[in-house]
Amino acid sequence: MNSFPPEIVLEAVANGLLTGAVYGLVALGLTLVYGVLHIINFAHGALLTLAMYAAWVAWAAFGLDPYVAIIPLVPIFFAAGYAVQRLVIGPASRGDDQNILLVTLGLSIVLENAMLAIFRSDTLSVQVDYAMEVVEAPLFFSAPMLLSFPRLVGFGVAFLVAGVLFVLLTMTDTGRAIRAVAKERTGAALSGIDVAHIYAVTFGIGTACLAVAACLLLPSFYVNPRVGNAFVLVAFTIVVMGGMGSVPGALLGGLVIGVVESLSGLYLGDSLGQLGIFVIFILVLLFRPTGLFGARA
Amino acid sequence: MPNTYLPSRRAVLLGAAGALAAPALLRAQPATVKLGILQPVTGALAQDGEYGRLGAELAIAEINATGGIKALGGAKIEMVFGDARSNPEGGTAEVERMNGEGVVAVVGGFASPICLASSQAASRYDLPYVVDVGVSDAIVTRGLKNTFRFSPGFGSITAAALDNLVKLNDAAGKPAKTVVVVHEDGLFGSGMARLMGAELPKRGFQVLETISHPTPARDMSNIALRIRALNPDLIIPSSYYAEFVLLSRTLQQRRIRPKGIYCVLNGAASNYRFVREFPDAANLVMDVNHWADPRKPKTAELRRQVEAQNRFWLYNTPMNYSAVMLVADALERAGAADRGKLIEALAATDGRFTRHIMPYGPTRFVNGQNQAGQAVNTQVQGADIKVIFPTDFADAQAVFPWPA
Repeated sequence: MNSFPPEIVLEAVANGLLTGAVYGLVALGLTLVYGVLHIINFAHGALLTLAMYAAWVAWAAFGLDPYVAIIPLVPIFFAAGYAVQRLVIGPASRGDDQNILLVTLGLSIVLENAMLAIFRSDTLSVQVDYAMEVVEAPLFFSAPMLLSFPRLVGFGVAFLVAGVLFVLLTMTDTGRAIRAVAKERTGAALSGIDVAHIYAVTFGIGTACLAVAACLLLPSFYVNPRVGNAFVLVAFTIVVMGGMGSVPGALLGGLVIGVVESLSGLYLGDSLGQLGIFVIFILVLLFRPTGLFGARA
Repeated sequence: MPNTYLPSRRAVLLGAAGALAAPALLRAQPATVKLGILQPVTGALAQDGEYGRLGAELAIAEINATGGIKALGGAKIEMVFGDARSNPEGGTAEVERMNGEGVVAVVGGFASPICLASSQAASRYDLPYVVDVGVSDAIVTRGLKNTFRFSPGFGSITAAALDNLVKLNDAAGKPAKTVVVVHEDGLFGSGMARLMGAELPKRGFQVLETISHPTPARDMSNIALRIRALNPDLIIPSSYYAEFVLLSRTLQQRRIRPKGIYCVLNGAASNYRFVREFPDAANLVMDVNHWADPRKPKTAELRRQVEAQNRFWLYNTPMNYSAVMLVADALERAGAADRGKLIEALAATDGRFTRHIMPYGPTRFVNGQNQAGQAVNTQVQGADIKVIFPTDFADAQAVFPWPA
């Protein structure tokens, strides 16, 4: 194994934190849906891919900068997520959790193949001026660190979204209703909360998080019909690590996974870099199955 | 460029003459010769396939406009196109169909796996198969009588790449001593990396590190960081288009500037799309790859035709143009649209075949492989791609080491 000078290691850690925040954002949607609906949403990856294609189309057909595209795409994807839960997943599941699992799996297959048919298997990307811009972060002991501008934006926006979500969950009636349904479904229904509506709102919020993540990823990344799966595998690990259903756990888990991936990529090479993530996944399952912030198994 | 229009003007005259003498010519009308053109125009290799087809179409149009195959009474070539769908199964299925339609030969394939499977399918019908690009050495070592490759194979390309690197370095006063090899972790990249790891130390280079990455790769920042820490004189990458573009842009972003980037059979470094879209990242990148002979007037003429269609000038086009010209030349010598005679004529091709535009010496086939086929060293210089080696074909001087 090589040894690297401290400024290189520091930069790898910084890269990992920046990437990890966006991983956390993807995991946020997943953990929210799990916390409230008690299902693993297998369509999460396909919905992320769909959001990335939507952002690409907004750029290619309407000339919208991916960051600007967040504004129209968030309500669109919230509505789409709401409709999918209300019209497809909810009715098809007939109240049985195992069914929901299979419905989301089926949904992901349909979505992926629809995108393959429409966009073909080619890799698409957007060309924006700032894609390769860097921001210099001064270091005391060596030349300044170079941080990727799109990733800094991603980091900032991811925390902003987490903050907004936190305010939404703790200070609004809808947020209180979401938390009530998450804790005690029957009790919430008896208190007059429309559980089906809250389920759909939660699914909509989870999908809207993906729309934001997609717009943050696109300037420095690419999209093809299977691209979402790469992120969702990471997001599953983050959700398990942070504690199923925990919002701060998802964000913190994202940062940890980002740093682990970056450092193992630096030391083991990019082909083996993913290894670190799954080692952590297994270790968490072995020694702390409730996750860092998880209340119960 | 009046000579671009000369063939078509002649064709118009011929057509007019034909119209006047219609009854007489009707009886003497030469039959057409069907030629199979196989390219992957859908799927992952669609871009390469499209540019290959373009080359074949331009060659066929030129042959037909200049009097067809004279030995067959001016027979015109009729293209039977097949889409290999970017996989070997697609290629063999199309060869079966082309055989059913009675083609006299098949040209193309592009990727090695497609060329391997399709030429084998064609061999069952003694159907001549001319490989356009596929570099796998296995293509011409299976003892198939029907299979010919005008272009060079992997072994000769990599040997030339290593020899030319030494010459380049020696001529510049040996500025490069240390190397980092970056490769994709599939069959192509790993094979190349193994070869570099074994051969470079024998030639006086120290390989500091061999870094692999998956295809597709999410990010090149870690690789860039490792390269910065290792600070090599030379970077040798073997990756496909998207990954090499990402790597070179990340190196540029991180202000990493080695003394040179030397690619071998790279997917991007000899591609005008890369040069056009990211000129700063592409500038001065060197590649060892297929390339048309820049000193033949026909090359410039063909390039003008391609660029007039708003297409990029990629090596696929001149290679397929030349491969179709090779078949036309063999048909002239065979004197019949007969598969067996055509195979004999292809095998006997010699230096008198000059209608191709590749930078090769006099053609000579041994076991289906053109011994004169060779790759050249190119370098991106000022938004253009120039040939810097071998000196017989070069149209520019190498810029090495890179100016600080």
